[in-house]
Amino acid sequence: MPKARTEDAAELERITRTLRRDIVIATSAAASGHPSTSLSMVEVVSILFFGGVLRYDPKDPHNRERDRFILSKGHGAPGLYAVLAEAGYFPADDLTTLRRLGSPLEGHPNMCRLPGVEASTGSLGQGLSVGIGHALGASIDELDYRVYVMVGDGESEQGQIWEAAMYAGNHSLDNLTLIIDRNGYQQTDSVKNIQSLDPLDKKLEAFGWAVRDIDGHSLDEVRAAFEWAQSITGSPQAIIANTVKGKGVSLLESDPAKWHGKPVPEEDKDRALEEIGA
Amino acid sequence: MSFGISRIQLEEGTSTREAFGEALAQAGSNPNVVVLDGDVNNSTFTKNFKDEYPDRFFNVGIAESNLVGVAAGLAGCGKLPVVSSFSVFLLCNAYDQIRMSVAFPNQNVKLVGTHAGISIGEDGPSQMTVEDVALACSFPGFTVIVPADGPSASAATHAMLEREGPTFLRCGRPKVPNVYENGDAFHVGKANTVRDGDDVTIVANGIMVAMALDAAEGLSGESISARVVDMHTVKPIDTSALEKAANETKGVVVAEEHMAYGGLGATVAMTLAERGPTRMAFVNIGDTYATSGKPDELLLQFGLTPDAIMDAARRVLKD
Ligand SMILES: Cc1ncc(C[n+]2csc(CCOP(=O)(O)OP(=O)(O)O)c2C)c(N)n1
Ligand SMILES: [Mg+2]
Repeated sequence: MPKARTEDAAELERITRTLRRDIVIATSAAASGHPSTSLSMVEVVSILFFGGVLRYDPKDPHNRERDRFILSKGHGAPGLYAVLAEAGYFPADDLTTLRRLGSPLEGHPNMCRLPGVEASTGSLGQGLSVGIGHALGASIDELDYRVYVMVGDGESEQGQIWEAAMYAGNHSLDNLTLIIDRNGYQQTDSVKNIQSLDPLDKKLEAFGWAVRDIDGHSLDEVRAAFEWAQSITGSPQAIIANTVKGKGVSLLESDPAKWHGKPVPEEDKDRALEEIGA
Repeated sequence: MSFGISRIQLEEGTSTREAFGEALAQAGSNPNVVVLDGDVNNSTFTKNFKDEYPDRFFNVGIAESNLVGVAAGLAGCGKLPVVSSFSVFLLCNAYDQIRMSVAFPNQNVKLVGTHAGISIGEDGPSQMTVEDVALACSFPGFTVIVPADGPSASAATHAMLEREGPTFLRCGRPKVPNVYENGDAFHVGKANTVRDGDDVTIVANGIMVAMALDAAEGLSGESISARVVDMHTVKPIDTSALEKAANETKGVVVAEEHMAYGGLGATVAMTLAERGPTRMAFVNIGDTYATSGKPDELLLQFGLTPDAIMDAARRVLKD
């Protein structure tokens, strides 16, 4: 069984800064991509990969007993690639090949080309169903791995998310944890203006999920939420991570609808990196 | 207009998605037109319509199946709905809704898929449709249009709104060189011969029309006279233009920004097979998905270039 990596608080802080820097640098180098989408998920993926949660081995990426992390909001690829590089799946130097011809670091994750990517995503709404498949696989094979799936809040407008949520709840898939990156915005506007999810916690509870609402940028709250999730039996768990789109870069935070899918312009890059402090 | 013979520059002209968005905003003067979006109106340029006619614009969120169903209901109320999203999300995510609520009951819904083909570039294969023309053609009764440039995309937008019946209009992301000065030459179902020739015919649509013109220019240097036919309407296809090409030239090359199956090439081959043997060759991306990369790099990598069309023409003419 692969092991989880457990870093101390100072190291986790350093990792979050490194991931934010890598996200900004890689998307700016590519002159396209989704930094703000990636920045809101940094604390969650840092705890998953380095806070004692996911059991994985970059040298044995297809180990049958590994825990799975599926990034359903595939446009957060730069965030996923940053954390996979930090975890040792490939050299961090490769991050700046993002979106280049020939690079396995495609605009959206492609599981055929990059070890560590558990599902090919980019058409929103599909990752939770794939996660259910992996969760069922564990029970067929009598393995005790767990499955973690991250979706966006805009993505949660997709019908398939709720088909999957109903199935997981009805079938008590307690080895499945859903993280909703609730950064409040989607591509063209706020989620509230387009299609409010409220009351999200009550909806998920009604579908048979155990639900916890947290500050998705507090490393302590994120860690406690995953510990809570692992302690739940008899139902899948949903962690609603309240986050800020573009977190850590004031320019991107200032107008999330405008900055969706846009890299930090070259002239603002130094200031952004300074704010990140890495 | 020129791509250069082997490299492809996509820096001049208007994108077909932008031309569609502008034409749609003009068409908004018809109070019956309603526009539906799946949270991508700044990418599809339906934002132009939204800004002018907010009361007739509906962003249903990231939920394409619902999007198409709602449009079908509006058509049932006598409205003229235009639904737009990335081609891949529209046709692939909502295929059954298009089939059951639009195609089968023959509802007057206009579907406009943008970011089609591989020339979207860096976003990569999950956002590209290489199979959308095949999917759209698979609906009985559908009209399927793939315009070559901004002026034809604009004309196609107006034309599809004036005609009755379900329609798919395919638009691209990058700028494309203008083949036409204006949309006057555009008539649904009627191909345009944009260059005359009597040795070989190149049938193309979308961005491949401009490339076909470049290829024809290159072939003229080898004393090969190539006719270029812009087959912007894949369905219903212009049978007489194809028969003429087969009768008057020695063979037909079909070029499209699509996979090998079910698109323009397959439709042309099926049409010509009825008439009798015709020498043919096909330029498309084959049986594969693409990758990320710059648009022009991808077109080169996946064999969509004037050079590839010239090779195909030489193959057709070889005895
Ligand atoms: C099925 C589908 N429809 C539309 C899109 C285009 N799209 C890409 S990202 C995005 C917004 C996503 O918002 P959210 O899920 O909240 O993610 P965030 O960027 O806020 O983390 C949209 C509409 C897509 N990728 N897939
Ligand atoms: Mg969001």
